[in-house]
Amino acid sequence: MSPFTRSLLGGAVALAMTTAAQATTELTVYTAVESDDLQKYAERFNEAHPEIEINWVRDSTGVITARLLAEKDNPQADVVWGLAATSLLVLEEEGMLARYAPEGVEALDPKFVDPAARDGQDPAWVGMDAWVAAICYNTIEGERQGVPMPTSWEDLTRPEYQGQVIMPNPSSSGTGYLDVASWMQLWGEEGAWDYMDRLHDNIARYTHSGSAPCNLAASGEAVVGVSFAFRGARLKSQGAPVEVIFPEEGLGWDMEAAAIIEGGDNREAAETLLDWAVSREANALYNEGYAVVAYPGVAQPIDNYPEDIAERMIDADFAWAANHRDRLLEEWQRRYDGKSDSQ
Amino acid sequence: MRGAFVMHGARWLSGEALVRLLVLLAALALLVVGLLFPLASMLVKSLQDRAGDFVGLANFARYVQTPALVGSIVNSLTVALTSTALVVGLAFLCAYGITRTCMPGKRLFRMLAVLPILAPSLLPAISLVYLFGNQGWFREVLMGQSIYGPIGIVLGMCFWIFPHALMILTTALSTSDARLYEAAEALGTPKWRSFLTITLPGARYGLISCAFVVFTLAITDFGVPKIIGGQFSVLATDVYRQVVGQQNFQMGAVVSVILLLPALASFVVDRWIQRRQVAQLSARAVPWRPTPSPLRDWAFAGLCYAVGAAILLVIGTAIYASLVQFWPYNLSLTLEHYAFEMLAGGGWASWFNSLKLAFSVALIGTLVIFFNAWLIEKSDGYRVLRQGLHFLAMLPMAVPGMVLGLAYIFFFNQAGNPLNWLYGTLAILVLNTLVHFYTVCHLTSVTALKQLDPEFEAVGASLKVPFWVTFRRVTLPVSLPAVLDISVYLFVNAMTTVSAVVFLYTSDTRLASVAVMHLDEAGYFASAAAMAVLIFFTSLAVKLAHAALSHLLLTRAQAWRQAG
Repeated sequence: MSPFTRSLLGGAVALAMTTAAQATTELTVYTAVESDDLQKYAERFNEAHPEIEINWVRDSTGVITARLLAEKDNPQADVVWGLAATSLLVLEEEGMLARYAPEGVEALDPKFVDPAARDGQDPAWVGMDAWVAAICYNTIEGERQGVPMPTSWEDLTRPEYQGQVIMPNPSSSGTGYLDVASWMQLWGEEGAWDYMDRLHDNIARYTHSGSAPCNLAASGEAVVGVSFAFRGARLKSQGAPVEVIFPEEGLGWDMEAAAIIEGGDNREAAETLLDWAVSREANALYNEGYAVVAYPGVAQPIDNYPEDIAERMIDADFAWAANHRDRLLEEWQRRYDGKSDSQ
Repeated sequence: MRGAFVMHGARWLSGEALVRLLVLLAALALLVVGLLFPLASMLVKSLQDRAGDFVGLANFARYVQTPALVGSIVNSLTVALTSTALVVGLAFLCAYGITRTCMPGKRLFRMLAVLPILAPSLLPAISLVYLFGNQGWFREVLMGQSIYGPIGIVLGMCFWIFPHALMILTTALSTSDARLYEAAEALGTPKWRSFLTITLPGARYGLISCAFVVFTLAITDFGVPKIIGGQFSVLATDVYRQVVGQQNFQMGAVVSVILLLPALASFVVDRWIQRRQVAQLSARAVPWRPTPSPLRDWAFAGLCYAVGAAILLVIGTAIYASLVQFWPYNLSLTLEHYAFEMLAGGGWASWFNSLKLAFSVALIGTLVIFFNAWLIEKSDGYRVLRQGLHFLAMLPMAVPGMVLGLAYIFFFNQAGNPLNWLYGTLAILVLNTLVHFYTVCHLTSVTALKQLDPEFEAVGASLKVPFWVTFRRVTLPVSLPAVLDISVYLFVNAMTTVSAVVFLYTSDTRLASVAVMHLDEAGYFASAAAMAVLIFFTSLAVKLAHAALSHLLLTRAQAWRQAG
């Protein structure tokens, strides 16, 4: 490095460091929580703990998981707050999560806590809420193009939907992967691949994020978007011409969960955040976007969600979904990725 | 007395020589650490399994056996070759219009033609969705074909790459010897024949070089296929998906190595051609001046204006898209989409980060690259070192952004690397961007330096002025126009690039160009357009400031150029 570079690079680093050294403690938090709610999460947390400043790194589930794995030897994140349980299980397998029992974790529905807690260990992760598969249907475009409103997963494979369906790519999107994993659990592996083969013929394209299909349906780029309930309900409230459909065969879901990354410098602040993440207050916050949350008795019904949503969610096996993630994604990629006749 | 003076002089000289050696070594170290080591780590990674054990070519074998991945090679070549044919053809016609006709409005057209460079390549892709998507104004033009796929990619590439091609071809066509044409005319040669036998051969090196530049840009671009590629995978999006979606770094490295091959090949061929190129213009050549010919002039003007209008349409569409409330159902106008704070991508902070990055790269990069070029060009001794440095300076052109970014992860994020602390800082983004765009700046510097009389250094040396003083007080000020060109080039590219930095940003260093991509991924299309428009206007403002400054310099401080 020439002397110029050295001094100037040093200057740039110093600049980056001063901008990052204002609050008492800074926590780097990786998340896949929908970005429209992110600021709200930080604000509510700071009402209780103003001494901790959160630096968010937000991206799709697959991206955040990939980053965490990439940084395994040199972790950049202190906490993961709002990532699919199936991804956290992958991280746990790699030994990247620090076990910690947040204060008050006993109050949560045991289904929403790392099963290791039942064997007396500290949990490696704690659940927050359930995010649930749903279909977004554009009523204006549906009528204009004569595409009927679907009521089931099976409907989407009918000929009238050809080229009208958009779904998230399960490699990058947590929503996409929960669809694939839930179809496997509904119909068995063979049945699910058979379904996806038929569905693939109707797919216009696979998107990077789980929100995008619903956004595309809302803007009329597609008639049908396979997405999740939160985004559909939100868009409908914003006045988009979409109907949120909960397919009758059953609803796949995954859990948003939180965990501490092993080896971070800010362990104490990280524990404070996790204590708050399992609190009743935090669960009420999750409930503003999600109908089913980890803290029993907190959830209030939300607009554009069916009241019986909890009964319609399938009995999801996250451990199975996590253990087979690599294999299923590889097979999915082999079958559907880059198959250009699907346009 | 006399002996003492010589002794003194020799000691002093060896001190300067030592500094020279140290600076040269530092320059080499910059490119070795910023380019060679990361690429080497990437090669190693492509030969390892997930646990880091050596597995030979197993990953490559697996790649070849995965049809979806291999298909991307064909896809990449198809869109890159199609784009190359279209862009080179169109740019040649427009360059011909500029240099060989008397078409009106040349200046205006040249200004319009530069605009696409100021936008990230994501911008045309976003506009194309509004123009030709399922709700697009001109969707019927595609006759049922989808814009999401090869058509969209090729159109987006053409928009984004056109200015690069036009610049090269305008230069190639503007050197011509009027005597040849006069001779042809005197011999009664028809116009089309003199075009085929004089114009084309004269421009052939420019044409070939242009084709390779366009092809390299097209095959390595990530932004356009990312936004509008749909199910049509290309190599650049495969790298991203392997790394980001599949968490498969080894396969990402394999695809990167494959993506490196066509770029490297076109680099080698281009170097070879450059070496064969002989001076077109002898000292006795008479520059050719076009004479008016209304039919021809207006035909070319029509074509150029059509291209200019298309460029304005694409940019205008992006601006409109960023202002519409809820397209296509509520077309009232709003500035809401510029309130990025509630959305993906890091909000306005990412724009400030981009500014920080762009200014840092422009400042540091210009000084470092120009100084290094000067070391190569104007100093004597250490021939091998200087040649090595020149070769390293040429290499970044052949390294696609995606590859460089991924290579940086592999190299800088190793636990044992003493430079590990750079990972996740703005400094690594500065280093990465500087190296990524090194070559063009290096070539600009070399060209500018070659125009300077070597006497400056000789006089400096004989006056016993250390070389760095000569550099600071003579060479740098005299080369100011080129230095300004380099800095604005670096600024604009740092502002718009997405491919390399997409692997390297962190929560503190999110960038505007990456935010465009994230906003689009999450489905906030209007805000993605808004951020792209913001980048465009930022680059435009800097470009205009640069034009004003250059003008001022040329008229005042650089008056000697006009006189001499």
